[in-house]
Amino acid sequence: MSAQDRIRQTVEGNRVVLYMKGTADYPQCGFSMRAVSVLRAIGVEFVAVDVLADPEVREGVKAYSNWPTIPQLYVDREFVGGSDIMMEMYESGELEKLIAAAP
Amino acid sequence: MFQAERIRAMVEAALPDCRAEVLDDANDGEHFSARVTSSAFVGLNRVRQHQLVYAALGDHMRRDIHALQLKTMTPDEWAKETR
Repeated sequence: MSAQDRIRQTVEGNRVVLYMKGTADYPQCGFSMRAVSVLRAIGVEFVAVDVLADPEVREGVKAYSNWPTIPQLYVDREFVGGSDIMMEMYESGELEKLIAAAP
Repeated sequence: MFQAERIRAMVEAALPDCRAEVLDDANDGEHFSARVTSSAFVGLNRVRQHQLVYAALGDHMRRDIHALQLKTMTPDEWAKETR
């Protein structure tokens, strides 16, 4: 299966997905750590994909969303943004609303 | 090694009515932060706004720039923020 197919399958099969550097418990980058903190503060369950473990997914996810950086958050199959947008939406309450909304 | 000034110039050249303030946060030529305003952002969500900035930087975003913390604003939002 191609990287694009694997990404699509993950994003379509899970409500909240975070592509990040490292694991949720051991983030390998400050921006990924910030993204995990936001999701944990909201208290939502999410699937974390470590792009450092898979170079094809690391490049593939950038093409998938037309977004050049990691982390990347997907909710209900939609690309939501990177860590800056996550932080902004967390502070305004938008992210919690988006995640609380029924899919 | 990339310069904040170069990022500013590229973004301002690519977007209409644009003002960009770019900082080399770690002073390492790799980790930057920027506040950008442009009339092109009006009516777009944050993802589309950031994508316009990334597009202005093209391949540099993949090759030279490790991180670019971004805050995008429409001219109205910029006026409020900087008032």
